[in-house]
Formats: sequence, C-alpha cells, structure tokens
Amino acid sequence: MKTFVYIDHFKGEVQPASWEALGLAKTFGTAVALVFGAGVDEVAKAAVEYGADEVLVADDASLTDYRAETYASTLSALASSQSPDLILFPTTARTRELAAMSAIDLNTGVLTDLTDLEANGDSFAATRPIYEGKLTEKTVCSGKPVMATIRGRAFPKPNREEGKSGTITKVVAAGTALSTVEGYSASESAVNLGDAGIIVSGGRGVSNNPSLTPPAGMDEKQAEVWRAQQGFALVTELAQLLGGAVGASRAAVDGGYITYAHQVGQTGKVVAPDLYIACGISGAIQHLVGMRNAKVIVAINKDADAPIFKQARYGVVGDLFAIVPALTQTLKKKLGK
Amino acid sequence: MKIIACIKQVPDSEAKVKAEGGQVSWGDAPLVINPFDEYAVEGALQQKEANNGTVIALCIGPESAKEALKHALAMGADEAILVSDPALNNLDTAGAAKVLAAAIKKVGDADMVIFGRQTLDNGAGLTPAQTARVLGLPMLGLAGSIKVEGGAVTVERVLEEGRQIMKANLPAVLSVVQSIGEPRYPSFMGIRKASKATIPVWSLSDLGVSAPAAVVTRSELMTPPSDERAIEMITGESPAEIAEKLADKIIAEKVL
Repeated sequence: MKTFVYIDHFKGEVQPASWEALGLAKTFGTAVALVFGAGVDEVAKAAVEYGADEVLVADDASLTDYRAETYASTLSALASSQSPDLILFPTTARTRELAAMSAIDLNTGVLTDLTDLEANGDSFAATRPIYEGKLTEKTVCSGKPVMATIRGRAFPKPNREEGKSGTITKVVAAGTALSTVEGYSASESAVNLGDAGIIVSGGRGVSNNPSLTPPAGMDEKQAEVWRAQQGFALVTELAQLLGGAVGASRAAVDGGYITYAHQVGQTGKVVAPDLYIACGISGAIQHLVGMRNAKVIVAINKDADAPIFKQARYGVVGDLFAIVPALTQTLKKKLGK
Repeated sequence: MKIIACIKQVPDSEAKVKAEGGQVSWGDAPLVINPFDEYAVEGALQQKEANNGTVIALCIGPESAKEALKHALAMGADEAILVSDPALNNLDTAGAAKVLAAAIKKVGDADMVIFGRQTLDNGAGLTPAQTARVLGLPMLGLAGSIKVEGGAVTVERVLEEGRQIMKANLPAVLSVVQSIGEPRYPSFMGIRKASKATIPVWSLSDLGVSAPAAVVTRSELMTPPSDERAIEMITGESPAEIAEKLADKIIAEKVL
C-alpha cells in the first residue's frame, strides 16, 4: 500500500497535523511525503526525520506562494504518474482547496476532517462528524486514489529522529496560477488554534462587566465592543502566561469582539488541546462540538445552568472578571513565572 | 456585473438531528437557507450595490428548496433558479460542483460566483473549489472582504496565518466567511416580491448533463454517544481562594 502525505506549510512553517498524517500513513505501508514550495529543503529534511520512506519535492519559483491551481496540478500530475492508493492531508484552509481541486482532476473523492480512518483490504472507511457534530458518519470513496484530510490531534504524532537521512527526489511543478498573492495584512497576527496545546477562550460574557466605564462618546454597540476587548485582554493574559492560544465563541466573533480567525466550533476551528479554559461561554452545541475533545476542560461562567458545565471537568460559577485575573496571578506564582 | 450566489437548503441549526434507520432525520424542524450561504448572498448584494450589478441565487435541491431561494430574493437578489431532478438525490461534492458548473454556464456571462464557506449538513467545504476547477476559473476562498476594480477582484482571505490579500481577473469563484458582514434581514417589500416570484426549475436535461455518479458515499450513520462528564465544581469564599484551588487542580492534571 502506497500513501502520499501532503506536508502543508506556510513559508516553511509546517502544520503539525502533517506529521500526524505521516504517522497514520506508515501504519498502512509505504509513506511518501510531498513537499511543494520554493526553498523548502528544511521541510523535506523534517519529513525524512518524521519517518517518510521517500520525499518528493517540487521546489519551484512558481510555487513560492500557495495557489490552489498550481499546487493541485502538481499533485494531480504526481498522483497520475505514481498511482498511490491513498493521499492524506492535514485539514487546513489550503488543503481543503487543494484536495478538492485535485479530486476533480483525478475523478476521485475527498473524505474531509476525519477523526478515524480504517483500511479494509485496499478500501478505506473514514469516520467524520456531520451536521455540526450532531451525527457521525462512516464514508467510503470508490475512486482511486482515496483522498482524505485528517483532523489535527486526532492521530498520534510520530517521533522525530534528528539527523536521519533518506531519499529526497526532485519533481517538477505543473499548472498555471490564476491569482496573485498581493501580501498579508499586518493588522492581524497568526492564530494557530489547530495545534495549540492550551486554549483560553472568551464568549459573549467577556463584554458583560458593568463596572467598566467606556470612554465618552461611544454609542451602545461601541461601548459593548470596548468592554469585550477589556475582557479579552484578561483572557489573553492567561493564555500568554500558559503559552497558549486565544479562542472565541461564535457569539463573540459575531458580536465583533474578536476576529473570525479565533473562532472555535464546528463553523470555526475544531480543536483538541490538552487544556481548554472557557470564559463566559455558555456552550452552544456548535461550540461544544469544536472543543469537547480537549483533555481537560475548565468552564468559568456566571450562569450555573450553562450547557458548557456538562462538558467541563472543572467548573466555576462566578464572575470571570474576578476569577480569570486571580487565576492568572495564582498560576504565575505557582509556576514560578 | 452579473453575480451568482450559490446556496443550499439545510435543517435549521436548532433542529434535533438524529440517525434513524441509517437516514438523517430532523423531525418537523424547518429547512432554512444554509446560514453560511446567507453571507454569500450578503457578499453578492454588497457587490451588486458597489458595481451596479444583478444577483442570481442558484440552488440544487427538491421543489421545497424554493423556500431558501425565496429568502435570497427577499434579501434583495434579482433572480433565483432551482436545479431539481430526481436523479440528483445522491450527489457528492464533486457531483454538485459539476451540476452547478453546468447551471452557471447556462446562466451565462457571470462575473463572480460566490459561495458560503461550508454547509451545516455535510460541512466538507469542498464544493466552491471544485466548481472553480470544473469551470477553470480562479478560486478565492474564505474571503472576508471583496473589492472589484478594473476587471479584477481583490479579496482579503481569513487564514490560520492571518489575512492574505489575493487578486484575480474576473470571472472568478469566491467563498466568503462571516467577516463579510452580517446578512441583511429581508425587507417587507422584499418578502412581498419573493412571495410573488416565479422561480424557474432546471432539470438535468435542461442543463445538458447526465447525473454524476457519487464517488463518496455514506456506509454508516451514527448518533455519537452522549459525552456528558462528571464535573467538579470549584467553590470558595473569594476569587483568590477559588483561583488557588483551581490552579492546583489544573497543575495536578499535568497539562501545563
């Protein structure tokens, strides 16, 4: 059984679920890692160290910025010439497009955001949540190769063997890009919730601190957003202390408190950190689906009946504006930071 | 400027969705326009206003999916088209993309095709890019803002790594995220107009294509086990005392 594993990276920074995909591929047989980009020798070397039996590298100026069309054409050409049984991807914004397009080229299908994948002979049964996580389905793909994107942290990460040598083969890029990358907006920094080990999240409750007086001249909505930003500052402080990421509920994002990139939930990012601290989040089903696989969940909420408490390991019924800063201070002391 | 907003009808988010005899059941919960597709319609209407355009809402579904199209009309879409055919009951995302591409070609001269980022039911989020691939058009996915100028479209894509600015010549296929702006509520006049509208129904033979065979199929459907957990409530006289107890519990979990 031969599996291609697409190593997804942004400017050389690899999405860790790529290595989880590589580990999964090894359980089925031969794992061939694919690295596309320009100046990606380090990524190829890392793929060897994480256990790839071979690495195919398309290193070309035309692949400098990820563009769906060129990356898909390059992938489709390789799949056509080498006939893998399976192509695995980590689930990211890029791979959803890339796999989608390549599946059209190869006349096959994509099984997305998998939490499990079993091989039965030369076919595969994939497990994935649907209907916002209210149901789970097993799906099969009758096309060849089977294409599948795996959910981050759903499969074990293989060990890295530093300095390991292996076969790295250069391959050619294909296709024509139909768009140009004009740049990146500096206003927003990276939010990598998918592989965060610790996430501290805020919900609608972060705007609910009546003791704060907004600056004069704000209308009601501006004052609400201002209050919420003060609340998120507390959430961020705790996240930073723990070396974690800042998450948010859909209500907080829809309220304009924080950008969409922070949204945890079936319609945002589905996460599975070791520790998830939910501050002022009531726990709508679509949010719970996005975080319930966290190892330890802590919920801090004023409302004792909030559904979030049904998922949590530890709960505090109280005012997040008092509890969160106190927790930050206490942990700072206890952790000697 | 001609803009096509692709929409789907799905069970309401509040619906109690269950697995019954291998089929998805949502009881008597209403079917609604996919919430993410409301953002697609909103994005299309913003571009219609900015560029003196027209918006056509396009949907694959049974006759009852006309209700979702009427919602788009009530929001301000100029026309709506339903693609409906008994042979389309078992579509996968690639099949849906092929049928949508055929319908988009039949509409003709579209400058922009806008999708929501994913649907609430299947949620794979593959159809926008697959439609772009079938049509051979540029794909600008996960756009949080859209600007059209001189025959080209520039979007800010909301990605894990931040906002990426991407540009392509029109025509192009886009998908949008919530940052595009809250979908407008249907106006009273809009609702009246929508209720009187005649929505044409196109069959596969109208499109000149045969039903695409599904490559991806469901083999089993399950209701996930309830995973309510035993919770330990942390109480105390003061925030400091609660924080002290909670910090010890978290440290003892060895997750820091």
